[in-house]
Order: sequence, then C-alpha cells, then structure tokens
Amino acid sequence: MIAELGLAVLWMAAALAVLQLVAGALALRPATAHLAGVVRPVAILQGALVACAFAALIWLFLSTDLSVKLVAENSHSAKPFIFKLAGTWGNHEGSMLMWVTIMSLAGGFVALIEKRLPENTLIATLAGQAFVSLGFYAFLLLASNPFERLPEPAPEGAGLNPLLQDIGLAFHPPTLYVGYVGLSIAFSFAIGALVTRDVGPAFARAMRPWVLGAWIFLTLGITAGSYWAYYTLGWGGWWFWDPVENASLMPWLAATALLHSCSVLAARNALRTWTVMLGVVAFSMSMVGTFLVRSGILTSVHAFAVDPTRGTFILALLAIYIGGALLLFGLRASTVTEGARFAVFSRESSLVFNNVMLCGILGIVLVGTLYPLLTEAMGVKVSVGPPYFNPVSSVFAIPMMMVMAVGPVLRWREDKGGRITWQVAVPALVSAAALLAVELIFAPINLLPALGLAIAPGLAVASFQPLVGRNLRRTPLPIYGMVVAHFGIAVALFGMASEGAFSTERLAAMNPGDSQQVGPFKVTLQDIGPIAGPNWTALEATVSASYSGGEPTILHPQARTFANPPGNRTESALLTRWNGQLYAVLGEEGDDGRWQMRFWWKPFVPMIWYGGALVALGGLLALLGRVARDVKRLVAVDKIAYRRERQGR
Amino acid sequence: MSEPVPSKRPGIAVWLPLGLFAAFLVLVVVGLYWPADREVSSAFIGKPLPAFDLPPASEDRPGLATTVFKQDGKPRLLNVFASWCFPCKVEAPQLAALAQQGVEIDGVAIRDRKEDVAGFLKQYGNPFKRIGKDDLSQVQLAIGSSGVPETFVIDGKGIIRYQHIGDIRQEDIPLILRKLAEAGQ
Amino acid sequence: MNTQTKPPMIKAKHQRLVLIVFAVAALIGAGLLAAYALSKQAAYFYLPSELVAKPPEAGRAVRLGGMVEKGSIKTQPDGVTINFFVKDDKARVPVRFSGITPDLFVEGSGVVAEGRMEGTTFVADNLLAKHDEKYVPREMKNMSTAEAKAVISETK
Repeated sequence: MIAELGLAVLWMAAALAVLQLVAGALALRPATAHLAGVVRPVAILQGALVACAFAALIWLFLSTDLSVKLVAENSHSAKPFIFKLAGTWGNHEGSMLMWVTIMSLAGGFVALIEKRLPENTLIATLAGQAFVSLGFYAFLLLASNPFERLPEPAPEGAGLNPLLQDIGLAFHPPTLYVGYVGLSIAFSFAIGALVTRDVGPAFARAMRPWVLGAWIFLTLGITAGSYWAYYTLGWGGWWFWDPVENASLMPWLAATALLHSCSVLAARNALRTWTVMLGVVAFSMSMVGTFLVRSGILTSVHAFAVDPTRGTFILALLAIYIGGALLLFGLRASTVTEGARFAVFSRESSLVFNNVMLCGILGIVLVGTLYPLLTEAMGVKVSVGPPYFNPVSSVFAIPMMMVMAVGPVLRWREDKGGRITWQVAVPALVSAAALLAVELIFAPINLLPALGLAIAPGLAVASFQPLVGRNLRRTPLPIYGMVVAHFGIAVALFGMASEGAFSTERLAAMNPGDSQQVGPFKVTLQDIGPIAGPNWTALEATVSASYSGGEPTILHPQARTFANPPGNRTESALLTRWNGQLYAVLGEEGDDGRWQMRFWWKPFVPMIWYGGALVALGGLLALLGRVARDVKRLVAVDKIAYRRERQGR
Repeated sequence: MSEPVPSKRPGIAVWLPLGLFAAFLVLVVVGLYWPADREVSSAFIGKPLPAFDLPPASEDRPGLATTVFKQDGKPRLLNVFASWCFPCKVEAPQLAALAQQGVEIDGVAIRDRKEDVAGFLKQYGNPFKRIGKDDLSQVQLAIGSSGVPETFVIDGKGIIRYQHIGDIRQEDIPLILRKLAEAGQ
Repeated sequence: MNTQTKPPMIKAKHQRLVLIVFAVAALIGAGLLAAYALSKQAAYFYLPSELVAKPPEAGRAVRLGGMVEKGSIKTQPDGVTINFFVKDDKARVPVRFSGITPDLFVEGSGVVAEGRMEGTTFVADNLLAKHDEKYVPREMKNMSTAEAKAVISETK
C-alpha cells in the first residue's frame, strides 16, 4: 500500500512540475501574466509531495518490505537500522529519488522565501527548476521506478554491498547530492536571469546563499570521501584522481569560482556574463560527473550500478539541459549589459585571476579524466593518474594560492601597490623562511611537497591579514568566514605536502611477537584471532604501537568477510596523534604462517581533513552572516511597510 | 547601469562553451556506443577455427579436435562452458532444446575436472556430441572467447560464422537456429 | 604590474575584450599543458605480448593486463614480495610486487598491474584484481579484441 501511495504521490509531483513549467513560461508573456500567482504555491506543493514519496521509500526500507523489488535487491532484514536507512539511497533508484527530493524541496524553499529578485526573474527561475526536475522525474518514473513490486515477495533481501556498509559512505552520497542540487538552484537562477536579461547585484545576492550552501556540502562531501577512501581502501593514499573523485572535485572547482565571481557581482556589479556562465558550468559539472560515474563509461575503483541504458538517459538529460543552457547563453550573453569596470590592480582583478586559475584546474582535471576515453576511441588504452594530475594542476594551483594570499587585502575598483607592501612582504618572508628550513633540514624533498610546505605557512599568515586594523567585534561574519576558509586551505595544503614529503612505509611478514620500526613508532604484532560482528566475521590482528619508547597503544586492523551478500573488506586501524597518524593494515597469511602487515607513519596527514572541515566552517560562517543580514533586512522592510500602512489609515 | 557595449569578439567567445560541450558530447557518445563488445565477436567471424586437439573431458564422450568441424560439411555449435560457471547451468535447458531439434553441439570445458564435468552433465543434462578438456584456456583464448559460457556457430568448412557471448536465453534460440541455417547454405 | 602613477583604468570598450582574451588564453594554455603532459604521463596499457614485442622505456609508468599464470606465484623469503608471471596466449612477463595483494588476486584469474619495467621484470606498485564477476577493468574487457588483432595479423 505504502509503495503504491509513494508512486502515486510521485506522479502527482511530476504533474505539478509540468504545471509549474507551463505556468511559469506563460506568466512571462504579458497576455497571460496573471498566471504568475500560480507558480510559487505549485513549487511549494511539489516539494512537499516529493518529500512524502521519499518518506514512503524510507518507510519501506526501514520495515524491510520484501515485496518491493528495490528493497529485496538492496536490503536485508538482518541489517543494522542505520544501514537499512542508508540502503534507501545506496542504490540507483533510491539515489535518484533522493536527488529529485532535494531538488524539489530546494525549489519550494526558493518559492517560499525569495523576495529580492524581480518577480519575473523568480518566475523564470522556478520554471527553469521545474524543467530540470522534470527530466529526473521522467528518469525515475519511466526508467527506474523505485516502488516497483515483485510478483511474489522475496523470502529474504540480497543485502547491501559490503563496501557500502560503512557509516561514512552511508552518508557521503547524500552530502554530495545536496551540493549538486544546490548548484541546480544556481543553474536555474542563471537561466532565469538569462531569460529576463536581468543580471545584476540582486541576482547575485539571491543566488549566493545557494551557491554557498552547495559549496559547503561539496566541501564536506569531498573531505569525507577522501577520508573514507583513505581508511577503507587500505592503500594509505588520500586522493587517487579516480574518475569518481574527479567527478566530485570538478563541481567543487566550478562552485568555488562561482562563489568568488558572485561576490564581485554582488559587491561591484561586475563580471555579469562570466558569473552567469559559471552558474551554468557548475551544475553542468555536477551532471557530467554523475554521468561519468553512473554510465560506467569510465571504470574506477568505486564503480557501482553500471548500466549503459541509464547512461543514455543521463546523457540525454545532459544534452538537453546543458546544451540548451549554453545555447541560451550564446544567444543572450552579448545582450547582457556590461557591468562596472575596474583597474588591473584591484580586488576584482585578483578574483578574476582566481576564477581563471580555478577554471584552468577544472579544465585539466576534465581533460585528464576524459583522455582515456578519447584514446580508446582511437584504439589505444591508457590510464591517467597522479603523475599527470599532480604537477599539471599545481601549475595553476600555486599561482592561485599566491594571489589568494594578497587578494583579500586589495581594495575594490583600484588599488596602489605601495599601500600593501607589508601585507605582501610578511607572508612572502614567512614562505621564504619555510622553504629555506625545508631545504636545509629535510632535503632532499620533491619539488611539489617542498613548495607546498613553503606556501602553506605564508598563506596561513596571510589569511588573517584582512582582520588586521579592523574592530574585531564589528567585523561582519562573512569576513570571518573568508578568513577561516582561506586558513583551512593553508592547513589542508600543509597536510598534503607533509604527507607527500615525510610519509614512511613498512611492509613486513610477521609472526606474533615480531616487532617493526615505522618512523618513530615501534609496532609489535601480538596476536591474530577471529572475531564476529553483526553481519560479518573477521580476522583481527592485535598490534601494539609505542611512540618513541612511550606507553604502547593497541590497534586492531581487520580483514572482514561479509555474508549477505558475500564480499571482503579490509578494515585498517588508525592511531592519531597531534603530529600525525599511524596506519595499519592486515594482509594475508603466507605459506610459512607469517602474516603480511603494512604500516605507514604519516606526519600531519589529518590536517588535510581538518583543513577541509575548516573550509566548510568558513563557508558556514559566511552563509550565516549573509542569511542573518537578509533576514534583518526583510524584517526592516516589513516594518516600514507596516508603518506606511498604518500612516495610510 | 552602463550602456550596452556592442562588441564583436564576445559574440564569438560566448559560443565557446557550447562548442566545448558539443565536443564532449561527441566524445562520450562515441565512448558509449562504440561497439567495443561487438567487435570482440566480429574479429573472428569469417576466420577458420585455429587447429586444436583436446582430450575428452568426460568418460562417455570423445574429445574434440578441429578436424571434426570439416568432416561432413554440416554446421555445428561449439559451446564453451565449465561446471563451475553459474550461467552455464541456466543455459543448459536451451542447449538441450537445441540438441533435441537435431543441432549438433560440441563442448569445450574450461579449467575443469573430469568428476566435476560428470556431475554437471548428470544434473543438467548432456547435449554434447563431444567434449574437449581445455585446462589452460588455450582454445578458449585462441577462438576469441573471453568468458563462459560462449557459443560459436561453425559452418561445414570449419569457419566461425557467429559468436554468442553469454548464456543462450530462451529468446535467443531462434537467432541461433537462423545463424545455423545461414551457415548451412 | 603597478606604478605609483595612477593605475591605468582599462578603456571602457576594451575591458570585456581584455578579460575574455585573458580567460581564453589561460584556458588554451591549460589545454596545451594538459595535452603535453598527457603525452608524457599517461600510462599506456599493455598486454604481455605487446610488452615483450615493444617494451616501453625503462621507468615509464605503464599498466600490464593479463592472466596470472597457474603455479607461478612465488613468495620471497621476506614474506611480502611475490614474483609471478602474467601471460596471454603468446607471451609471459615476470612481475614482482611488494605488498598486500587484493582479495581476488589468485592464479589463473585476470589482473591489471600498475608499474614499470626494470630490465626484463615488470615491477608493480599496485595490483588491481577483478573485483567480482560483474566488474571487469575496461581494458580487460577488450583484451580479446587486442588478442584477436594479434592472431589475425599472424594468420595473414
């Protein structure tokens, strides 16, 4: 019953999306402008209905209704509660429904609260949002119905892929989806603005919270995904330039550029066309990423749910939306009036530089990700990995971080070099000192980690400079947000560089009782024995590790075997100290009875993820600041309106 | 608000993203629909079977040699299977149906043991005239098969005429019969 | 970039043009750099017979895909280094690998090794085994195509 109800509600929501699109499009014509009043309520209702459909699916999964095909294929009655819940979106159909749900809820939210935009632009935006959602509704209802019943209920579910039975991964995809979908709102705003040719600060201010929100979630998603790959794959690496990782990185790069160009447009009414284009590009990258992952066109260590027909469907959506948006952009861009001008030496210029560098990195990642596809069409098989991505993206990332240290202290419109001599000199000196120290004490170190170790402290110092000379209590929250986010980049950069420069690895076959020296740690294999979890069994090693002769800590790396469905997974064990992490993996038993063990000592590696978290925190501060100001303004406007009304009487 | 600044160059540049996107689309369409898998099958179509001579994989059926395919000018099926392969079990009824219609089927058991093959044939039926034992997948690789099960249509001159990748489903039987008829002409 | 004199405000008409030229130039630069680096850094995929016939320059990162020869896996006394042969129907290549092998790495199954040639031995940094029955590395899926080509060119 619940399943049929969910499906019916989903169809109704799709019908409302049609109504929202048609009414919105008609409302833009003077003759049928009275339809404008329909659009907002319809958008809100649509969001509410889809939320009900998604709730129905969650209910089916939680109650393990095995007469529903999706539940039978992806869940199991013996699974822990949290993974039953995560099973809702840990599969293709459920994740698409989640995508549509978030998208429509966000659309409804825009309809509910957005008051700044000219009404026409808002109507066009909501129509655009409905247009985008419709494609996904079609995808769900025609090609991947999540509520399909089995002819006969299955006796037991098939379970969830063991790799996905991990708390981090259970909540990782939804985080990224929220990010992608937030960018779909930015996309709709860009379309709305192109349709009405009304690109200005109001548009940027309306779009900015959504971009910020999306960007926060993308940052968190990428950071968490990187940590997940780090501790579950058991390879000791934190970023593999895998197509799936690149698929989440590319929207982030575009969103970061969009965020900064949005600031320019909001504050200075410049970079109008560029911002609109980035709005289109950011969401395009989300869809391109989804397509690359879902179609199976590129293989990856993360590959799941690969199906060429689904790939075709997403490709069709991609062609319609992105092709359409870029066509609209081509037609309208030259009619968007030019924004305000600025000097070569100004904050705007530094942000333009940042934007172009980010787009350069984006291009490099995209080309590297697609290159195997290109050569394969010509009959040559290649794979592209860190030897390409690391140095080539650094060519753009390093100048960007240098400008990033200076940009925030520049003035809008135009500035003089003499004014900021100190602000340039201090970080430059810090970096130079760091570089010298690195070269003298730790040489030889590869070029990229050495540069990273040099730039990170300079950038860290520079990121606080916008606060110098300000009254700290009256500094707006978004400034703090920027400071924290830039500082987070410096922290993450330091972690990456330190991991690259100072990691030590030890691989050994050990008998219980054997010891190994790993960096400053002495590790001893004490015992190996079986252990059982809720739905898995494992071999567990007991390893004691003592840091330069200190008290030993016990670690338990495991090799887990899952029963439903069958599969294996290594569970690495981590020992985190303030200055780094010890990473232990249990391998196989050799013919001679010794066990393969692999250890890494990675100094300061957690800073990568602390840095990512700081970046997200910075985004959150900025978002809070912006929203608080908007709310204040709204209240003030309401008050004035109220007073006028009273005076009128 | 500044006045619109008509300028020709942006007019061209604004089409750049669309152009790049079009290039991307072309690339992925080629990638998605490039018939890579069909090429696997077509590479051997029209080629003669490579020479091989396999020992028997079962007590009650002879082994399999290339010469068999040229002896009487009749088209046959060559089925690559294994007792450890699950889809092969699913495929068994369809092979039995084909055998009942008078199609001659020869088998190649891949990386298998005699007792396992015997058990497999006992449980799922034995549609084969001959069964060769290919312990090192040599024949399998030589005829361009990348997995089990696969089925080849071989004409009376020992030329490969059709390759069926994966198990033969109920709905594939007419296709196999048609290919056999074409090979017999 | 700047002087003490009044910095040049870009002429009204030209600002867009300058921005576009800058952006396009940077993106073209990125494209060229990418193309150059890819030609240097992309890891080519080899079958054992291709690797034997036309070995890549020593030290260049490549990938080798084939079957793990039966009975060829030998563990070295250190307990963590293994030597084995990767073969196709024509050639076999000795491979050395230090580390923990993936669960599905067994003799007689497919493997993709990432690494480089050192002399006549392929030194692998990483082994990718077939994940499960459904997951086949894209290159492995097409392996028989390449083999087919080799066989055909030989029979001609």
